[in-house]
Amino acid sequence: MNDVLDVILRLVAVLVVFLVLPLVIGQTEHKVMAHMQGRLGPMYAGGFHGWAQLVADGVKFAQKEDVVPAGADRRIFQLAPVVALLPYLLVLIAIPVGPHGLVGTVIDAGLFFVLAVMGVGVLGSLMAGWASANKFSLLGGLRTAAQLMAYELPMLLTASSVAMAAGTISLPGILNAFHWWWIPWQIIGGLVFFTAGLAELQRPPFDMPVADSEIIFGAYTEYTGLRFALFLLAEYAGIVVLCSLTTVLFLGGWHGPMADSLGWLWTLLKTAALAFTVIWLRVSYPRLREDQLQKLAWTVLIPLSFAQIGLTGIVKVVMS
Amino acid sequence: MSLAAGPPGFLSPAGVEIAFLLVGIATLAAALVTVTTKQLVHAALWLVVTLGGLAIEYLLLTAEFIAWVQVLIYVGSVVVLLLFGLMLTKAPIGRSPDADSGNRWAALTVAIAAAATLVWVVVDAFRSTWIDLSGAVQGSTKVTGASLFRNWVLPFEALSVLLLAALVGAIVLARPPVTRHRPSKDALRATPPRHGARS
Repeated sequence: MNDVLDVILRLVAVLVVFLVLPLVIGQTEHKVMAHMQGRLGPMYAGGFHGWAQLVADGVKFAQKEDVVPAGADRRIFQLAPVVALLPYLLVLIAIPVGPHGLVGTVIDAGLFFVLAVMGVGVLGSLMAGWASANKFSLLGGLRTAAQLMAYELPMLLTASSVAMAAGTISLPGILNAFHWWWIPWQIIGGLVFFTAGLAELQRPPFDMPVADSEIIFGAYTEYTGLRFALFLLAEYAGIVVLCSLTTVLFLGGWHGPMADSLGWLWTLLKTAALAFTVIWLRVSYPRLREDQLQKLAWTVLIPLSFAQIGLTGIVKVVMS
Repeated sequence: MSLAAGPPGFLSPAGVEIAFLLVGIATLAAALVTVTTKQLVHAALWLVVTLGGLAIEYLLLTAEFIAWVQVLIYVGSVVVLLLFGLMLTKAPIGRSPDADSGNRWAALTVAIAAAATLVWVVVDAFRSTWIDLSGAVQGSTKVTGASLFRNWVLPFEALSVLLLAALVGAIVLARPPVTRHRPSKDALRATPPRHGARS
């Protein structure tokens, strides 16, 4: 009975994190972008500095009519937002927050689980792009697929570099093996992983698939109401997952002063710093063109990740 | 395979075995829909269900690592590539009247023959092997890696060479034909005039 209760508690905790953190990041994005551009951002909803803006947005989305275009493939059109969102919820289960088993569930092949399930989320965008019966949506879907294929590889390669360093692919195992000098050792891999992750999430400057000045909103053009909100939520949940994963793999997760009692705080702080960087990049850089995007992946990121794997291997052999 | 005759017997199946069978039936049904549906993109999406079902079967056989690799490679990459190809070429919403092939009976024969061979090999190889669920995990990453790189290195490397050959072959096929000498007047004359301005 105690075991069942334990499992349920962990799942509920993951669900709460899944529902709260993306909203926090969304609100932070509103505010940070506003201040970087000399504005105030939302100030009225909820009273104190517009903290309830996204709650109000959610209520607004829920009231809107759920439109399915006449020419669309109904079932796939309606299923797509769920396929886009659910994988991120599943991924959160496997990410360790603190030492001594502060993790949803320990998965033996955790690293593979996380990357595999994250890749499934893109199917949602593809389904949406195809099923909308809209040429802009289809173009968005195509760009999504092309982008995923280019950036999945460097992500996998750099993640496997960390797995080589740690000698395990279980996420808590990687954190247990972590030493501070891993950060300079794996820094190239970390940068490549983070960049590729941004591209996989279609965040600026890699937001070609949803480029509003060219193809309206890519695969999500025809969506309204709650289903559109689900896609937006998937994007922010994706930021949470990417940042926490980068934290765990490359920044030492819960390692820090007083890690025994404050480990979860370190994870959260590092994740928050990375999420801030994601927002910062959105405000700072112009969008990459499709060919620049592919060129960056194939001629810069993939060679860099191979170099990182080589470096990891050499250091590993020298040390043993 | 877990239903082969052995000490635990058929007639009192454990919960895991029932789940294995049910998932297997669902996977088979999804696979059948994949090849029979007339809507091309639906076929690709049913393929996702089929491959996901296979991953669950691997999980039930305690082969966790294989299951996630299956999802990563097949669902995450191969199907995305497939959908990309479909969207680039021809993927109408609704039925494709030309989705039927005249080769369907030949394809069916080959498929049944291949399936029979595989089932026979697997049943013959694992006739009375049972996975001890209460013991140590037998399909963990460590065990899989050790057996792959200790006992099965040669097949592994042979497969790598095979895949590499397939890759090179695909690139060769996809390249535009290379002319031996620079395009001469012969080559230019060989192409039919587009607008028929002069013969």
